[in-house]
Amino acid sequence: MEAPAVASPYSKEQLLTMYRKMYLIRRFEERAGQQYTLGKIAGFCHLYIGQEAVAVGPIEAIRPDDYMLSAYRDHGQPLARGADAGMVMAELFGRGTGYSKGKGGSMHIFDIEHHFYGGYGIVGGQIPLAAGMAFASRYRNEDRVTVCYFGDAAANQGAFHETLNMASKWKLPVIYICENNRYGMGTAISRTSAVPEIYKRASAYDMRGEPVDGMDCLKMYEAVKDAAAWCRAGKGPVLLEANTYRFRGHSMADPATYRSKTEVEEERTKNDPIPKLRAYALKNKLGADADFEAIEEDVKAQVDAAVKFADESPEPSVEELWRDTIVDEGEQDVRPRERVLGVKVTNWPKYPSGQELKVTWDLEPREQAEQADKKAGLSR
Amino acid sequence: MPELMYREALNQALAEEMERDANVFLIGEEVGRYNGAFKVSQGLLDKFGSARIIDAPISELGFTGMSVGAAMVGLRPVVEMMTWNFAILAMDQIVNNAAKLRHMSGGQLRCPIVFRGPGGAGGRLSSQHSQALEANYAHFPGLKVIAPATPADAKGMLKAAIRDENPVIMFEGERLYALKGEVPEGEHVVPLGKADVKREGTDVTIITWSRMYYFCMEAAEQLAQEGISAEVLDLRTLRPLDEEAILASVRKTNRVIIVEEGWALAGVGASVVDIIQSKAFDDLDAPVERVTGLDVNMSYAANLENATQPDATKIIAAVKKVLYREGA
Ligand SMILES: Cc1ncc(C[n+]2csc(CCOP(=O)(O)OP(=O)(O)O)c2C)c(N)n1
Ligand SMILES: [Mg+2]
Repeated sequence: MEAPAVASPYSKEQLLTMYRKMYLIRRFEERAGQQYTLGKIAGFCHLYIGQEAVAVGPIEAIRPDDYMLSAYRDHGQPLARGADAGMVMAELFGRGTGYSKGKGGSMHIFDIEHHFYGGYGIVGGQIPLAAGMAFASRYRNEDRVTVCYFGDAAANQGAFHETLNMASKWKLPVIYICENNRYGMGTAISRTSAVPEIYKRASAYDMRGEPVDGMDCLKMYEAVKDAAAWCRAGKGPVLLEANTYRFRGHSMADPATYRSKTEVEEERTKNDPIPKLRAYALKNKLGADADFEAIEEDVKAQVDAAVKFADESPEPSVEELWRDTIVDEGEQDVRPRERVLGVKVTNWPKYPSGQELKVTWDLEPREQAEQADKKAGLSR
Repeated sequence: MPELMYREALNQALAEEMERDANVFLIGEEVGRYNGAFKVSQGLLDKFGSARIIDAPISELGFTGMSVGAAMVGLRPVVEMMTWNFAILAMDQIVNNAAKLRHMSGGQLRCPIVFRGPGGAGGRLSSQHSQALEANYAHFPGLKVIAPATPADAKGMLKAAIRDENPVIMFEGERLYALKGEVPEGEHVVPLGKADVKREGTDVTIITWSRMYYFCMEAAEQLAQEGISAEVLDLRTLRPLDEEAILASVRKTNRVIIVEEGWALAGVGASVVDIIQSKAFDDLDAPVERVTGLDVNMSYAANLENATQPDATKIIAAVKKVLYREGA
């Protein structure tokens, strides 16, 4: 047998972890879709099938304590960051054992223990939030990055442009990942965008912007690894455009008749990120068929258990209606795995008190401001 | 007690809270080098530096959302809206994110943040710059809404708002900033959710908040000369409403008028009437009267502008109506 020309920079363990996470998302979403058709899940349910690499590559490239948030197509990222699959499924089922006690549903998964700060249902609404989280990191002089996902259609929101301007001006450590799956609901992005290559828009804000093959987990991994180092070095934000494709409709309610069968089939057969990663590992002898089959069996059992857990869980109590609107004095934050599974959650985020914290960041150094004044012929 | 202008009282509250807690920062248009469009942040940039007093671009949605994000991870932002008219552009971030984070996350997240700025008619600025918009925000669960009338309350309530664990919307008065009043020094914190009887009376209750308070006091003075004893209840907080204080005063005087700068339909006063009719119907000796801004857009012309808003004359007429002393 021929030895690979160049040794892979990845370990077998790394590749198998990525494979496991992508397969977990795929399997979870397939079962979620099935449970939706059985009437166990209601409302809007947006599946991630086809886009798994866009979540998994970046998550493997950043630290567990880096902040992350997403839009409403939000089951994949928390699962890949280590959320309990049963509790995510329970949230989809509207049960009290879900991450948000069944109050948020499919579009609002929050797993703060794993630094996943939510799924947001207003297109583009999470984009400024991510800048604020990155702002907090700079303010506290932490080397944390924030990774923010949003769709191609969200790039036409004012929130996107306003935020890129601030993030670039203030050099905030935030990585924006536009998941360009070519459609916003039923509208092809090219039909509504003067510049459909989203990454190019970064240049308007003197910001780093790049396209990435979003159907390749390793390409996503490399792009985000590099972007994270850039952010941590204080060089400012990065916009990545992950060119990807969703194999299913916009949501479970969408038969996706606005695109051709051949287009979908092409992507499914030639570009599916899961077999792609497997082929790479096999080629580089960093995994055997038996390894992948074992992972698949394992994940199937995990997802079966998740569905069972959700199905057997009770709805939230009606008294829950009156909680979680206003924080009462002295009220603690809810730690979902502690509340539901009774396990001790130890890595809950902690922030320095206002007495401990020393702010050293000079966001607009006086000298710089005065120079700008001088250039403009002004005196203060 | 020292006398301070309303804007100075706010400035003092900001400076004291920023001194006490390094997690507090102020962001908004012109808050830094310009020292604030209404000079509320005078001198704060020099004191606290450019990471804590931040001149924002004119991107209300953007910097509001950015601040909400900072509040989600432990900071305590104070967002200055140049006026609430412009904050309409930021409403999505306030309503769909700040007010709902605790809920959507099932109690995992909190959002301690203050959005503050002037509301109400500014004076000869026409319709886009002259709106009392507090009723809009009072509508939303997940927010607290405050509208202090006096310099002392402005200081004490801003301090309480900054320490609160929830998003707080603060309506200041564009025409109140230069107004003077006694303000306690140092640790003066006025709890949110508590109305204040600013003038005791026995014949009629006048319920109000923010700038209208001064017209109500003027009316009460004049009524006193006619032998009518009016109680003035300053709500101060519009969400949550202080039901107890409202009902206590109604039970005392049995006659109520509500004075509101904003429009009548779906106004805060409408909700106060609802509380009174459902919980103190038998205590009423007359239907509740409302004095509100007229149901039109604000004009530039001085006479039209004046006619659009409540004033002491209109308030006195309403009081006489509930006392069945019209024409008296
Ligand atoms: C502000 C806003 N407008 C409209 C909608 C309805 N809506 C939900 S998803 C969507 C399309 C968004 O597409 P994209 O950003 O590309 O994300 P994708 O669904 O492809 O992941 C629309 C129009 C919404 N939720 N929010
Ligand atoms: Mg899309």
